[in-house]
Amino acid sequence: MAVSRARRNRLAELGAHAVLLTFTVIALFPVILIIINSFKSKRAIFRDPMALPNAETFDLIGYTTVLTQGNFPLYFWNSLSVTVASLFFVLLFGAMAAFALSEYKFPFNRLTGLYLALGIMIPIRLGTIGILKLMVATGLVNTPWALILVYTASGLPLSIFILSEFMSQVSSDLKAAGRIDGLSEYDIFFRLVLPLVRPALATVGVFTMIPIWNDLWFPLILAPSEETKTLTLGAQVFVGQFTNNWNAILAAMALAIIPVMILYAIFSRQLIRGLTAGAVK
Amino acid sequence: MKKIVISGLATALMLSAASLTYGAELTIESWRNDDLTIWQDTILPAFMAANPDIKVTFAPTAPAQYNAALNAKLEGGTAGDLITCRPFDSALDLFNKGQLAPLNELSALDNFSDVAKSAWTTDDGSTTFCVPMAAVIHGFIYNKDAFAELGLSEPETQEEFTAVLDAIKADGNYIPMAMGTLDQWEAAAMGYQNIGPMYWKGEQGRLGIINGTEKLTDPQWVKPFEVLAEWGQYLGDGFEAQGYPDSQTLFTLGRAAIYPAGSWEITGFNNDADFELGAFRPPLPNAGDKCYIDDHTDIAMGLNPASPNAEAAKVFLDWMGSEEFAQLYSNALPGFFSLSKHAISLDDPLANEFISWRSECDSTIRSAAQILTRGGTPNLWSGMWTASANVINGTQTPAEAAAELQAGLESWYEPQQ
Amino acid sequence: MTKALTNKKRPFRWHILVFLAPAALIYTVVMILPLAETLRLSFFHVDTTTREVTFIGLDNYKELFFNVNWVGPFFRALWNNFYFFIIHMLVQNPIGVMIAALLSMFHLPGKKFYRTAIFMPTLLSFVIVGFVWKLMLSPLWGVSKGLLTSVGLGSWFMPFLGREETALTTLAFISVWQFIGIPMMLIYAALLSIPEEVIEAAECDGVTGFAQFFKIKLILILPTIGIISILTFVGNFNAFDLVYTTQGALSGPNFSTDLLGTMLYRTFYGQQTQPGDPNMGAAIATMMFLIILVGVAIYLFFIQRKLTRYEM
Repeated sequence: MAVSRARRNRLAELGAHAVLLTFTVIALFPVILIIINSFKSKRAIFRDPMALPNAETFDLIGYTTVLTQGNFPLYFWNSLSVTVASLFFVLLFGAMAAFALSEYKFPFNRLTGLYLALGIMIPIRLGTIGILKLMVATGLVNTPWALILVYTASGLPLSIFILSEFMSQVSSDLKAAGRIDGLSEYDIFFRLVLPLVRPALATVGVFTMIPIWNDLWFPLILAPSEETKTLTLGAQVFVGQFTNNWNAILAAMALAIIPVMILYAIFSRQLIRGLTAGAVK
Repeated sequence: MKKIVISGLATALMLSAASLTYGAELTIESWRNDDLTIWQDTILPAFMAANPDIKVTFAPTAPAQYNAALNAKLEGGTAGDLITCRPFDSALDLFNKGQLAPLNELSALDNFSDVAKSAWTTDDGSTTFCVPMAAVIHGFIYNKDAFAELGLSEPETQEEFTAVLDAIKADGNYIPMAMGTLDQWEAAAMGYQNIGPMYWKGEQGRLGIINGTEKLTDPQWVKPFEVLAEWGQYLGDGFEAQGYPDSQTLFTLGRAAIYPAGSWEITGFNNDADFELGAFRPPLPNAGDKCYIDDHTDIAMGLNPASPNAEAAKVFLDWMGSEEFAQLYSNALPGFFSLSKHAISLDDPLANEFISWRSECDSTIRSAAQILTRGGTPNLWSGMWTASANVINGTQTPAEAAAELQAGLESWYEPQQ
Repeated sequence: MTKALTNKKRPFRWHILVFLAPAALIYTVVMILPLAETLRLSFFHVDTTTREVTFIGLDNYKELFFNVNWVGPFFRALWNNFYFFIIHMLVQNPIGVMIAALLSMFHLPGKKFYRTAIFMPTLLSFVIVGFVWKLMLSPLWGVSKGLLTSVGLGSWFMPFLGREETALTTLAFISVWQFIGIPMMLIYAALLSIPEEVIEAAECDGVTGFAQFFKIKLILILPTIGIISILTFVGNFNAFDLVYTTQGALSGPNFSTDLLGTMLYRTFYGQQTQPGDPNMGAAIATMMFLIILVGVAIYLFFIQRKLTRYEM
């Protein structure tokens, strides 16, 4: 009996592997295409995009262009610091607001929730001129703070929306016990609730980071100077009116995947660690 | 005596100008990412060598974002000192908003003809607000090696053109023409506006639409669509999903024989193609017809009135009217033909071929560029993109496409009502 | 009644304000006020030559709904948007749930690899997604044509992005490919946080495998599925970049891929020689906003309330 069940499981596992592998191939194939083509000469990219680079078509021109034109290490650093700082504020302030909304009953609670969710319904790009005027007035143009503020503001609605959903699932017994033990509301939030919703924080972190990392518009408008340029904006220099430098674009994009992969790995580790920690309890 | 006074005055003026511009830093807004290295390595060093007090930076934006980004920066007060102007209505729109300064007192403008300036001058001709830089000419670039291999020669008339296309198609080694309709604008710019002026007789037709004496449904306006409708069969397989960079690559890889072009392609093609390039002008409808080419005033430079370095910027704009600039720019970017009156010698044979058509044919500009794209919805030029692509795709007949454009224009443009 | 009483007795709870203030402040100043400023434009008209600004009330909306040159494109974009959304709901979310379920059901070796790989496209920028899919679907460079031919389906190949009948569907599938990681991750997190006891209890009752998934787990993760649906709705009705980078500002062919977002962007900022019209653009933006608001309000006030949440 036990043996046949194990066999059935193994069959099902094999099936699961087959399905997952299929989707993995679909997901990775275009990504691999980007990477192999970033190592080929322009003619070879279009002659045969599928071919692996060989002695004749192997060409690092894309990478050398990226590394010699402009200041890409600096652009990398700018992208990374803006992304990490914005993430920090989105997660902290978002979690605080989500906690207030899900934990306490107060007048206009639901309306406040709706107000804070308005931002996911309208693209922030539309407010560009107002935002730019605000940044000019406060002297933040061409500083990373202009970008951090905008990304924090635009990331908050989604993070509040998702986090309040997760926070309402945190056991109320636990919080009640904490209050009986004399913990303040701040302690309950920072010491009890926040560690428990770590998986949700990691999830929100991943979603928030992607549009920030890849955004082209606000760096272009708010911080286009050489010192504050981000990676995506820096790579735009290769997109011309009539000619695109595909080698350089592909190389820049292939390089741009690396930091965001690292961030993703950090978050997803948090996610799993949080989940298993919760399970042990 | 008088001479001395004048020269004294001139020196004083120069001195004051020099003191005003001392240490100024200028930024140029442009959509020409393609030219970044040319400005950085050739043009700006020449200017800064003569004007060591002024530092100029060329800061281009990718073309897809240029309009929106420039707009936001002008509104927010962070735009650069010098602004690259698109021709006609969009630059005029900026001028009307007070976002381009009038430049009438600039002596450099005397080096340009009224026709050259017309793209950046108010309707009454009183104020010019950008210094003209270049025009681009439409035509066809072809693979000379392929033509030699197949024993073909440059076609003169539409009939010969079709015969050439049929011959290439019959041979089967080359795709006859490299063009796609995915991005749509090539269909309008390198299709309809390329061959069209021959039919609507250049300026005569263009002004006819503006004055309301001709309609887009008249035969001279529908006929070019009928010619375009034939193009589909000569394009590569699946041309509907072929984008503009695809077409360029298809041609430079030597897989297609003819490329409906604008002269701006010359630099890129010279770099990428490893075969000999030739150019022929759009085919005449019938042998012996008068010829008309699209010689489109395309790019100019204006001054941001909010610039704190207006004096230095004017020094730069004045220099842009000089022979030195015209010579540098035209040769650094063959295919962008200087609009100044200076006699420029071009080194590039292909560019010389394009410019030689000016002496044989009457020039006109894109028919929808002036007045007809002013404010109204639907926009005529955007409409031409969709219409031309539809006609080549075969999803709309030439008559339908023309009727739709005409209806759109009539809905807001009074002279056509 | 009693609740109201206790509320009154309680001293003002400052901590609620402290928790809410930073988010509310940044969000209001940097996002809501500039957006409100933009939407306000929809009640004005600016003369193209004199630049005179006049208050015209709802005339821009009247124009949008009664002028054939506006109403046609608007409803075409709205319909395209619904179609785009429906494909995501039918393809992206069920597949996302399935992948997450498979990942959580077994102690599979290589689980982490699968999860990372399937999430990878979500990390890419639109520029590169547009480029690589155009390259793959291009009839010239032939990746997809070659693949189809190799499995004997060569005749199925079409210039997918260039035909009015297929372009929007193709883009929807590209978008599904790009964003499938999001439902996968959210559902995976939800599934993992189902307590062991619940699963053990089910197993004791003999409910295992697929039956266990459908009868127990799926019910428990319904709130998360609700979130995903609303996020998909909001994301799709704001979508713009993918169409803009692959099909250009005019959403070709023949506007068959025009979404509300692309129509809005084109109207607001203009394109090439077409000057922007911020006032009409603001009117379109307001309509989009209202459409999304109605959707979200339906979710918040009707669906979310009905979904039972289980504290875990």
